[in-house]
Amino acid sequence: MKRIAAGILAFTMFAAAGCSGTQSGTTGSTSGTGASQGQTVKIGFIAPLTGDAKTYGESAKKGFDLALEQAGNKAGNFTVAVTTGDDRNDPTEGVNLATKMITQNQVKAIVGAVTSSVTIPVSEVANSSKIVMITPTGTAAKATVDDKGARKPFAFRAPFIDPFQGQVAAKFAIENLKVKTAAVLYDKGNDYSVGLMEEFQKTFIAKGGTVVTSLSYGKDDTDFSAIMTNVAAKKPDMIYLPDYYNKVSLIAKAAKAKGLTVPLVGADGWDSADLDTAALDGGYFTNHYSADDPSPAVQKFVKDYEAKYKVKPDSFAALGYDATNMLLEAIKQADSSDSEKIRAALQGLKDFAAVGGKLSFDQNGNPIKAAAILQVQAGKGYKFITSVQP
Amino acid sequence: MIHLIEQIINGLQLGFVYALIALGYTMVYGIIRLINFAHGDVFMIGAFVGYFGFAVWGLPWPVAILVSMAVCALVGMAIERLAYRPLRKKGAPNIAALITAIGVSLFIEYFTSLKFVFGPNYRVVERPFADKLFHLGPINISSVQLLVMGVVLVLVAGLQFIVYRTKVGKAMRAVSHDRDAARLMGIDVDRVISYTFAIGSALAAAAGVLFALAYPQISPFMGIMPGLKAFTAAVLGGIGSIPGALLGAVLMGQAETLTAAYITTDFRDAIAFGILILVLMVRPAGLLGKAGPEKV
Repeated sequence: MKRIAAGILAFTMFAAAGCSGTQSGTTGSTSGTGASQGQTVKIGFIAPLTGDAKTYGESAKKGFDLALEQAGNKAGNFTVAVTTGDDRNDPTEGVNLATKMITQNQVKAIVGAVTSSVTIPVSEVANSSKIVMITPTGTAAKATVDDKGARKPFAFRAPFIDPFQGQVAAKFAIENLKVKTAAVLYDKGNDYSVGLMEEFQKTFIAKGGTVVTSLSYGKDDTDFSAIMTNVAAKKPDMIYLPDYYNKVSLIAKAAKAKGLTVPLVGADGWDSADLDTAALDGGYFTNHYSADDPSPAVQKFVKDYEAKYKVKPDSFAALGYDATNMLLEAIKQADSSDSEKIRAALQGLKDFAAVGGKLSFDQNGNPIKAAAILQVQAGKGYKFITSVQP
Repeated sequence: MIHLIEQIINGLQLGFVYALIALGYTMVYGIIRLINFAHGDVFMIGAFVGYFGFAVWGLPWPVAILVSMAVCALVGMAIERLAYRPLRKKGAPNIAALITAIGVSLFIEYFTSLKFVFGPNYRVVERPFADKLFHLGPINISSVQLLVMGVVLVLVAGLQFIVYRTKVGKAMRAVSHDRDAARLMGIDVDRVISYTFAIGSALAAAAGVLFALAYPQISPFMGIMPGLKAFTAAVLGGIGSIPGALLGAVLMGQAETLTAAYITTDFRDAIAFGILILVLMVRPAGLLGKAGPEKV
């Protein structure tokens, strides 16, 4: 009996493995037929196109496709051949795809992955095989550096990393909002929240501001009345809330109940259709990009994107577009399909005109670029205020 | 000093909500020696029904609270009838009833988080009245705090009246004292148990609506932490004792709030539960509980 059960189990596992193999099988498509010089460079694209992070992957792919289409599948003298894979937001699947693309399809560079949890292992594979990887949206620090903080030289990213938003928020608060004192509230169990809080405080103090109080809370806390009574007693000029949309909605209500009307400032975690815009009315947050940014680069991208897909591009689409364009530019400048030369060109990009502003890479493969500041408007969504250079 | 008074009021707001939930735990335990773990989920259903009442159906909030209490009274009676009574009739051991209670709790949480019931996401609650700060001298009290404390005091007074001044209350006390003797005296024990569930659940529903007004975000899993804390409060005060539940809940609320206000928010739960452990080491039956053989 046991043996039969084991047999069935083995069979099911085998069948399941077979299934996933076919589903996520890479779909090679060699575009650009008559490569006159016969020079082709292969690049891979890895994103979650099914599963729980599907919309992120879909947006990033739309940005990727648009960038390639506009470039006519060309990067300088090279024709670009694309291999696309679906990682289903599963790190194992991501590693399998990356390995397959590198060893079988012989890609020289990979755009992907989209989520940080998949990007980190994919970056390990790419880096050890000396293949360039640029993640459009992976914000975790470890996507480009290893556990000891040493750079993975072949890994790059298009978004700014989490702590960077803290610096931008502090700069915006001091220079644009003209505040002198701030209170900071953060979720002690959330790396994102803690990272932003630390950078905000560092920059805010360095620029002459005073952090009057810095208080933490737990993920499941719902009662902020005690915290807010303490905050109100310190009379800060602003409150920094680096957390996700549901928590900040709750905190903002508690602040209002205590009669606090000072500006609330946050980060891209606020960017959600479920944000309570009434409670956060007038609050500011830093984001990767805003479709309302009047800069010509953004408006051209929004127009092209809307013409092709009939929807407004979100941050994922914009970052996917930027990541792809940077890679194409690097291939063009390197004028080579050698991944080491592409890496050097990418690292050396200076003030590349992207949707997210003028881009260069720092020594850790993170872009140095502007952040968009948006203001929440009750019932309406967000209004673009300004973009802040670090 | 003023700051301290304001923090104590914050703590009372929290403690009073815990008190309403704790009453349900303690009443049910007093009567059938069962920890009704589904109680926190009745609280959650109460919050949702109240939210639908004033936000979707446009009822005035006091009516919404009453509707929610009525609905949850029925829910509580249904839970008892469908899940606990059959076990009791078969003379199942207490541990079976306890596990059933956990099962009912999980069932309610996951059933209500289905898309066609309440859905799994957070919902933001818009308060149906304006936020106002009242100034009593230098002390600030918000309209929500006044509302929560007012409603809880009225409900607790009502409960006192039912338990000590009505026939049902007398029957409840009798069953709690000695179930078999009560039955011999001609009391319909099943009906009394059913009423107890109804009253406890109605109080939890009111607590749910008040919680949703005070901390305006609701989700199908919102009942877990308040339920646990209210249960702790009931044990702290002495489970089975109504004044004990009130005392325990107020202490829990103060412990949490004052820790958050004066020590650090990191320790709020650690200290609140630490107090529970200390009290139980000194008085195992709780602050106002009667020592006796426990049968959980």
